Amino acid sequence: MNDLIENGLAVQPLADEPLLDRQGRTLPLFSGFAHQTPYLKDPVAKRSRKICGTLEEAIRRSGLKDGMTISFHHAFREGDKTINTVVDLLARMGFKDLTLAPSSLLSCNAPLIEHIRNGVISRIYTSGMRGKLAEAISHGLMKHPINIHSHGGRVKLIQDGELTIDVAFLGVSTADSFGNANGISGRSRCGALGYAKVDAENAGTVILLTEEIVPFPNAPASISQDQVDFIVKVEQIGDPSKISVGAARITSNPRELLIARYAAEVMVHSGYFVQGFSLQTGSGASSTAATRFLEGHMRKAGITASFALGGITGGIVDLHKKGLIERIIDTQSFDGDAAESLRSSPGHIEVSTNEYANPGSKGTYCDQLDLVILSALEIDLAFNVNVITGSDGVMRGASGGHSDVAAAANLSIVVAPLIRSRIPTVVRRVTTVVTPGECVGVLVTDHGIAVNPNRPEIAERLTAAGLPVMTIGELQQRAESITGEPRPIEFLDKVVGIIRYRDGSVIDVVRQVKD
Amino acid sequence: MKIVKEALAGTLESSDLLVKVAPAPGAGLEIVISSEVMQQFGAQIDHVVRDTLNKLEVTAGLVVVEDKGALDCAIRARVQTAVMRGAEAQQINWSALS
Repeated sequence: MNDLIENGLAVQPLADEPLLDRQGRTLPLFSGFAHQTPYLKDPVAKRSRKICGTLEEAIRRSGLKDGMTISFHHAFREGDKTINTVVDLLARMGFKDLTLAPSSLLSCNAPLIEHIRNGVISRIYTSGMRGKLAEAISHGLMKHPINIHSHGGRVKLIQDGELTIDVAFLGVSTADSFGNANGISGRSRCGALGYAKVDAENAGTVILLTEEIVPFPNAPASISQDQVDFIVKVEQIGDPSKISVGAARITSNPRELLIARYAAEVMVHSGYFVQGFSLQTGSGASSTAATRFLEGHMRKAGITASFALGGITGGIVDLHKKGLIERIIDTQSFDGDAAESLRSSPGHIEVSTNEYANPGSKGTYCDQLDLVILSALEIDLAFNVNVITGSDGVMRGASGGHSDVAAAANLSIVVAPLIRSRIPTVVRRVTTVVTPGECVGVLVTDHGIAVNPNRPEIAERLTAAGLPVMTIGELQQRAESITGEPRPIEFLDKVVGIIRYRDGSVIDVVRQVKD
Repeated sequence: MKIVKEALAGTLESSDLLVKVAPAPGAGLEIVISSEVMQQFGAQIDHVVRDTLNKLEVTAGLVVVEDKGALDCAIRARVQTAVMRGAEAQQINWSALS
């Protein structure tokens, strides 16, 4: 049959009738080994075809157009240097009407205000916002309300087709020339790339911004070559020293330490504190500190945990190193210790937010979780939790994994001071519902502990252990007697934020605050 | 009490407040309040400051309050201290302070 092929092309029909595939479509004839892979004919292009000299070139080659959706990960938190840089450039290149869909936004993203004003960004999907940007949006900066989603819920929105990411711009500390990339080698190491993994898998086009192009093959490949379109070397993707600024901090505040001690005792007496239990302690001050108190309890009881989940801090890593936590399941590393542990410990495993908490995934780690400690800006008499709006109605937080893990864990423990300056945390009705009260088991404050009436067995165990258990109504009264009754915040009618529950449904809205 | 010179009390730490008093440029009492919790507690803070000044019989002067979310008891104490410092009070009328 060799005579049918000339110069590598099929020159005449191989059969009298056209050959059809299962769907009845005509099968194409062979037209050269590199017909669909032309770079294979060029030994240089074959290996360097993804490398772009400049970010501008990468954007041009990505095919990004006005009206499309761009995404980023926020693993560098307040130290991020990718989001602002890329959006600045997109503005200079004249792009308009983009949907911005980072995994979250922080105070460092204040420069985006300008790009919303000038029409570069017209819609936003994010887990949260802080600082000047959040303030401006709360005061009605945007025409379209922003969508606030949880970490798991973001993946659900992507899977369900509402959030289609056209181009993902993913900052990584090292990548090879094919796009095998991670956040645990090189200079600016953020650790786990749990958010970026989702975007790499789901975006139409993936551009890696890397500080270093390392020899092929780079390992481990948190982001794999088969997901990456373009690679561009940049000066700096982020400052890892600023990851633990803001929400993720270590406290020496005696009130927060008191709450942490109570929280640890609640865990111990919850009924779930048995050999092989699992835990998540998050990034809030008290919850991070609770980890410190757990060590003594675990040693005394002679038990170890099977795994710790979530945003991982040095406190969790410490217990892992001491053999008290067997495995760490890490979707976001909250400090340098966590990033280093991910690099060096075989028991420290990086997972995507799809594996972490997406209710549409076939199996999430949070479904396997026993105990979780969560923070709150406000919690009300029905145990509903607000982690988005401050007491002045302005957005200043993030949904994060709050509603995901509260729904899935065996027991969710919310920790919060009873009052912050003179603002009560325990209120009659939260300003904004992010996590429904039915998912919250216990509230721990510096003035006492309240158990959701839907968990009578927990109330019984905590009371028997001599912990200061009272009703949430008593805590609310106590707060109000100290602070006085706050005057309700005045809102305008305009909706500035839509709070999406983890399954995509709308659980609440945020309205524009009155000046 | 008569405010005869500028005086300060308090700090700008969270949950505290800074109170500044000064002799009045004109006659009468001028009170300027700024607060991190103005929306929810502005009226209550104004009430506590006026009530405290009233009990101390301060009828003239400039009183500037910079509040960082202090409770009423702290507001009262800081206003009293600033007034006493500004009035160079030697004799303290304790019953007026309670």
